[in-house]
Amino acid sequence: MSFEDWFREDRLPHIYCTGCGNGTVINCTLEAVEQMGWAVDDTVFISGIGCSSRAPGYIKTDSLHTTHGRALAFATGVKLANPRLHVVVFTGDGDLAAIGGNHFIHACRRNIDLTVVCMNNMIYGMTGGQGSPCTPVGAISTTTPYGAAEPAFDLSELAVTAGANYVARWTSYHVRELTKAVQAGLETPGFSFIEALTQCPTAYGRRNKLRQVSDMIQYLRTNVIMVQKIQRMRERGEPIPDDKIPVGEFVRRNRPAMGVQK
Amino acid sequence: MSKIEFMQGNTACAEGALAAGCRFFGGYPITPSTEIAEHMARRLPKTDGVFVQMEDEIASIAAVIGASWTGARAMTATSGPGFSLMMENIGYAVMTETPCVIVNIQRGGPSTGQPTMGAQGDMLQCRFGSHGDYSTIALSPSSVQEMYDLTAKAFNLADRFRVPVFVMSDEVIGHTRERITIPDRVEIVTRRPLEKGTLPFRGGDDGVPGFPEFGMGHGVHVTGLTHDERGYPEATDPHVHAALVQRLVSKVESARHDIADYEVVNPDAETVFVTYGPPTRSVKQVMHDQPDEGVGHLHLRIVWPFPERLLRLFTNAKTFIVPEMNMGQVAREVERHTDLPVISVPKLGGELHTPGELRTLLEARP
Ligand SMILES: Cc1ncc(C[n+]2csc(CCOP(=O)(O)OP(=O)(O)O)c2C)c(N)n1
Ligand code: SF4
Ligand SMILES: [Mg+2]
Repeated sequence: MSFEDWFREDRLPHIYCTGCGNGTVINCTLEAVEQMGWAVDDTVFISGIGCSSRAPGYIKTDSLHTTHGRALAFATGVKLANPRLHVVVFTGDGDLAAIGGNHFIHACRRNIDLTVVCMNNMIYGMTGGQGSPCTPVGAISTTTPYGAAEPAFDLSELAVTAGANYVARWTSYHVRELTKAVQAGLETPGFSFIEALTQCPTAYGRRNKLRQVSDMIQYLRTNVIMVQKIQRMRERGEPIPDDKIPVGEFVRRNRPAMGVQK
Repeated sequence: MSKIEFMQGNTACAEGALAAGCRFFGGYPITPSTEIAEHMARRLPKTDGVFVQMEDEIASIAAVIGASWTGARAMTATSGPGFSLMMENIGYAVMTETPCVIVNIQRGGPSTGQPTMGAQGDMLQCRFGSHGDYSTIALSPSSVQEMYDLTAKAFNLADRFRVPVFVMSDEVIGHTRERITIPDRVEIVTRRPLEKGTLPFRGGDDGVPGFPEFGMGHGVHVTGLTHDERGYPEATDPHVHAALVQRLVSKVESARHDIADYEVVNPDAETVFVTYGPPTRSVKQVMHDQPDEGVGHLHLRIVWPFPERLLRLFTNAKTFIVPEMNMGQVAREVERHTDLPVISVPKLGGELHTPGELRTLLEARP
């Protein structure tokens, strides 16, 4: 079996724009699930509302496309009621961090045995490009026409602080690393959070001098800094650049978790 | 052997649920419903079930819906403010045809209102509170015994019709302690499983599709978007939407007389009380104190879908009197179905209509 066998072929073509990063993240996730050797019948994908949250609709397993922001609460019910099922959640930055912020911190705190893949495109893609809690300061969106003024959330940092067992961040450029991180998340009992920075050429790039898809991918490639490098710089007492986004594994631990199959 | 016990309404609700095989409770504390969650927290872990206290009521109903897709009988309990928070996901349960039970121990509203006082102010919210057109089932207990019986029954109705079912109780019954008979076992009618090879959202003869439990190899996609019979989003075809919503409404409405649950007293009477929930007790007291064949009583245990034909059982009726602990929410429904005068007897503030008040009303009859 290959990861492509997980796709629901009769649902194609998909709704994603040309050049959207979501497809890459879905492929990486399915590749990781495939590596786990899980059966389609024992795996459930759950999501909220947004472009990112449409992902489960293209996958063959049982899937629950829920309400905006609430995927983790639905997933908590599925997993606690039947711990035998492997539950993977797809979400977006708006879905997870704005309307779903409360569920996010509590799912981390409970350390419930789910793997969450967040496609953070720093924007509300589905509704046409409004600012999200992850829109960088200064970025243009339809609701921040003069540049976003509010500070953005660091989702991974939030997940670490709130108690998740596994947290990593990569981008849609870092395909191999992202796939490995998702797999590590799937392997780790308890709450696993994988943040994937993704390009949204339609609702974000276009307004932020990243017109071409390649511009956005270039941005994701060059605007990140490895956590190991930050560590080394810190040890050497060097200043850590604050314009770069840390990527890599932030935590992998084994705190007591809920919903783990006995 | 059935046994006699002395029990609080909220405890009876929890015990009725357990007897019906409820295996999942997700909730958030709120007066006057909290005893249900507390009782479930003690009992469920000892019966192979799951209790989880969620971060709010939005999450509670979400978790309940999620649990239901694994095949578990699942419920939550709340009161006004929490009920309002649940509305979006109640619509999701309707659209995705997820069986679940939602208990509302009503208190005085709007807003935080009267946390410790009873009311029936959410009867229209449970009927119309979520967006869009839909129909569900609402039961209304008037005693601790009915709290037990109707909660158990709610699970059967939820499974049979694949809808969220409301147990619309209130502080009065929730906190009353009285004698009840706990039966040996309760009737259990579970959801019909989806047959392999059939479409997951095609209604059967009764309009209800078979249930594709997660983890059983159905590969079902469940979405709150308008969907076709495969469950795939189809949100712009007017016919798909109309057909889906019409099926969701008619599977419940067409069964309203079949599932009607009621008591009729003095069908030849000219003056007829129509009640559900606590005011039923006041009317029963009036009729007990001064037996009068001219006074009839229709006691509804299922309020929605409204079984309007029952009004016509009272062939000599000249007036319907509807005492409610709200400003006349179900009286409006009675008015819709009869040309006879309907006297709404609203009562706000948390106290039940006294038998004296109702008697005065009868004496004022022409
Ligand atoms: C309760 C509710 N409020 C608002 C919306 C409208 N809405 C749909 S998607 C969305 C934003 C999605 O943003 P994100 O989660 O970042 O997903 P993306 O489309 O960017 O992948 C909003 C606000 C909704 N569906 N439900
Ligand atoms: S709007 Fe953005 S996130 Fe949505 S499909 Fe298009 S590119 Fe992808
Ligand atoms: Mg987004």
